[in-house]
Formats: sequence, structure tokens, C-alpha cells
Amino acid sequence: MSDFYSSFWGVYITVIVVVSLVALAFLVKSQAVVKVPKGEKVKTLDHVWDGDLQEYNNPLPSWWIGLFVMTIVFAVAYLALYPGLVLTGNMKHWSARSQLGEEVAKADAKYSPLYDKYLKMPVEAVAQDKDARDMGKRLFLTYCLQCHGADARGAKGFPNLVHHDWMYGGTPDRIVQTISGGRHGQMPAFGAAFGEEKVRDVANYVLKISGNKYDADRAGRGESTFKQVCAACHGPEGHGNTDIGSPNLTHPSGVWLYGKNEATIIETVTNGRSNVMPAWKDFLGDAKVHVLAGYVYSLSHNAEQNAQ
Amino acid sequence: MNKIQKLIEENVFWLIVLTVLVISVAMMVEILPLAFSKSVTQPIEGVKPYTALQLAGRDVYLREGCYNCHSQMIRPFRAETERYGHYSVGGESVYDHPFLWGSKRTGPDLARVGGRYSDEWHRAHLNNPRDVVPESIMPAFPWLAANKVDAESLPAKMRALRRVGVPYTDAEIATATKDAEGKTESEAVIAYLQSLGLALKNKR
Repeated sequence: MSDFYSSFWGVYITVIVVVSLVALAFLVKSQAVVKVPKGEKVKTLDHVWDGDLQEYNNPLPSWWIGLFVMTIVFAVAYLALYPGLVLTGNMKHWSARSQLGEEVAKADAKYSPLYDKYLKMPVEAVAQDKDARDMGKRLFLTYCLQCHGADARGAKGFPNLVHHDWMYGGTPDRIVQTISGGRHGQMPAFGAAFGEEKVRDVANYVLKISGNKYDADRAGRGESTFKQVCAACHGPEGHGNTDIGSPNLTHPSGVWLYGKNEATIIETVTNGRSNVMPAWKDFLGDAKVHVLAGYVYSLSHNAEQNAQ
Repeated sequence: MNKIQKLIEENVFWLIVLTVLVISVAMMVEILPLAFSKSVTQPIEGVKPYTALQLAGRDVYLREGCYNCHSQMIRPFRAETERYGHYSVGGESVYDHPFLWGSKRTGPDLARVGGRYSDEWHRAHLNNPRDVVPESIMPAFPWLAANKVDAESLPAKMRALRRVGVPYTDAEIATATKDAEGKTESEAVIAYLQSLGLALKNKR
């Protein structure tokens, strides 16, 4: 085998294995004493200790000898069929890799027509197809649950996929794009630039436009800062921008990825946020991404399914 | 035959020598030749020694016993390659001393966890797994975010690893303490986890 540094190791393995097997065969033959004939006494071995201690040479039970012979026969057959003796190769041409290859080929033959069918359908249609949705759900529970949760409602810092407010847009194309290429959302830190008081003012303005309880004085002071700085990404009205994933801040029940109380907003503005959705295109391939996108789309667009 | 039997029965030295010989046959043919085979002694393309911070994280991983529940060995079965990615190969573990393949699979395999989740996810998950995966039974490790890594000991560890064949340069060893100084154990573990399995990521 070419994997070894020198061909010596093939010879080494083969010689030790063959010599061991021959030695075992020899051993079992030497011990395979037939039954003691009737009327005769069991012989003793020809050595004596302490003057009178002797040892019987009782024959081994025949079932035991039989098992021993079977293990040797099994070893020879196994080494002929499967890899073991490096020099001789193996008759079945078995390897762990080829076994995996066969398994994968069999599964591909079974599943690829299904995936091809769904890949040709638009994502909206995939979302309507119950079988596709079930497939998508199983994919979701394997690859996506860790961040977005088994119910797709997300967690702090990880988007909820069930409601209608989307950071990067909820159209089929955008969902496919998000899963395929991943996303890297970044909110810069303004703590140093603004100072504590100004951060608090802006936070209260954000509370105001999102329809929460706010401090009117502070919100008034925060408005100009928001319009000058924050508006660059979130828009002058705070509606956000799905092209860069800046969330809509006017939606009371929208994407509040980290929470919408004053303390959390202050934390976000002060330290910034950085959040990554990994890219799945290379790992899953287009067909699985498509089916997954169908499932994700169905979560917020399929009233009949949501009712269940 | 009787001669051999007499020899073994009467001389304990030969009894020991021949017993050791017999019970080591399997080791001699199954383990010893591996030390002379390319696929398990040479790194595959893209496998690099751990950086100082990753190495510190690996030690935390060992200390907390993560390997008791997480294997780092994707077996060549479709069920595993679909979920985790390309099966593990020997050339990926050549710089691991000791390797952390494990065999207890209570949690998911981590051989290719690098890049699978964001750093932010790992931070939340290590602090309390239930915050991101409500069904999780993994224990929480909140002290990792509070403890600082033991950066002082890294150069000695790297020198020891160099003895057994990890190609650290003098420059890497010299800056090791500085590289990991002041980082939390949580950051170190995350750096380690994010480095796992990248050599064959997204390969089939």
C-alpha cells in the first residue's frame, strides 16, 4: 500500500499475521489429543515435582477445539475478503470510503429527483407544498435550530423568522440570498463619540418612534442626533434599510433583536453590535437551500399552516 | 512441544517473554505500522498548528472535560457527513497532543464546528446554553467569561509540543504570552472552536 513510508511494512504485517495463524494452527493440532480410549487411564506428563506431584494430560473438550479451529478458518476468510493483509489486497475491494460512496450514491438517487422538482418550483410554491415543507422543517431542525430555535422564534440576538418584519427582507429571493451567502450585520459603537448623556437622549428618541414609554425632554434632544447620525443607516424616519440589514425602529412588535427597553438600547448604541449568519450555499447546495427557504417563507406567509 | 512446555513452566523469564510476545501481536500489526504511514503522520493541506490563544482554549476545553460529551471524529457514514460535513481524516489531527476524538456522543460532534456559528452565538451558548437552545442539556460555563487565560504557561507548552513535532517557530513562542494576555477563557475557547475542521470545511 502506498500509504506507508516503505514497502517493508506490508511485508512486516503479512509475515507476522501469517506466522501467527500458522503457529495457532500448530498449537491447536498439538493439543488436539483424541479421547482417551475406554479402559485406559489418562496419561500423566513426564515430569514430577517435589518427589510425587504429577500432572494429568487430559484432552481438551472437542467443542472447544472446534471453536478454536473455526476462529482460524474465520480469520483466513476475513483476511481474504477484507483489507488486512497488506500484500494480498482484498477480494471485495472494500474500504470505508467506498462504502460511504455507495451509501451516498444510493441516497442521492432516491432524493435528488425530489430536490430537482422543488428547485424548479418558485419558493412560494415550495412553501405551499406539504411534503416540501416537511422536508424543509427537517433540514431546519438539523441546521438552523441552534440559533433560530426549534419553533423558529429566535432568541436574544438571533432573529425570529415567524413574524413579518425582516431585517434583510422577507421576499423569497432575499431569504434564499440570506441562507446561501450568510449575513454580517454591524452597528458601530457610538459610546465614545456621543458620551453618556447623548446616548441616553438618542435611546429615548428611539423609544419614542417605536411607540414605547419615553422621556420627552431627552427624546427631544435626541432627535437631532438621530437625524444627523443614525439616519444614515436607519433612515430619517427610522424605517431601517433591508439592503444593509439595519432594523426598522418604528415597529413596536418588529425586529427587536436585543430587546427594546431603555437599558438595552443604550447598550446597543454605546457598544455597537456585530452579528453573523453563516453562509450555507457550499455546505448544503442550492437545492436544500431552496427547500429551506420555502419552509422559512411558509412560517410567516402560510396562515393555514401557522394555525396548526 | 514438551520441551517448550518444560521451558515455560520452569523458567519464569521465558514465560514472561513469550506471554508479552503473544499478547502484543495485535498491537504490532495494527498500531505500530500506523506510525510509519503517511495519512496519519502528515498534515493535510490547510492544517496549521494552533495559535497561542487557540492552544489556551484547547486547554480549557480539556480542563472542563468537553470531550466527555463531544466527540471530534466524524465517521464515514452518510448520517454524519450530512449533518457535520466531510468525515474526519488522520491528517487533521497530527498537531493534536493528545487527540480529542472521543467516543461519547452525548452532544453533537465538534470536529467541524469552526465557522458553523458566530462568536456571539458561542458566547451566549457557553454562558448558558438554554439562552439559545432551550432544549439543551449542556451545563452552563459562566465562569469562562470571567476568568483570564493562563498566558504565562503558553511558551513552555508550545516548546513541549515542538518536541513532539508541532512546528512552532521561535517567534511564535516568543510572542505567545503577549498574544493571549488579558483574554478571557471564553474568548480562548471560542477561538479554539472556530478553528476546528476548517481544512475540509464545505468539501464533500
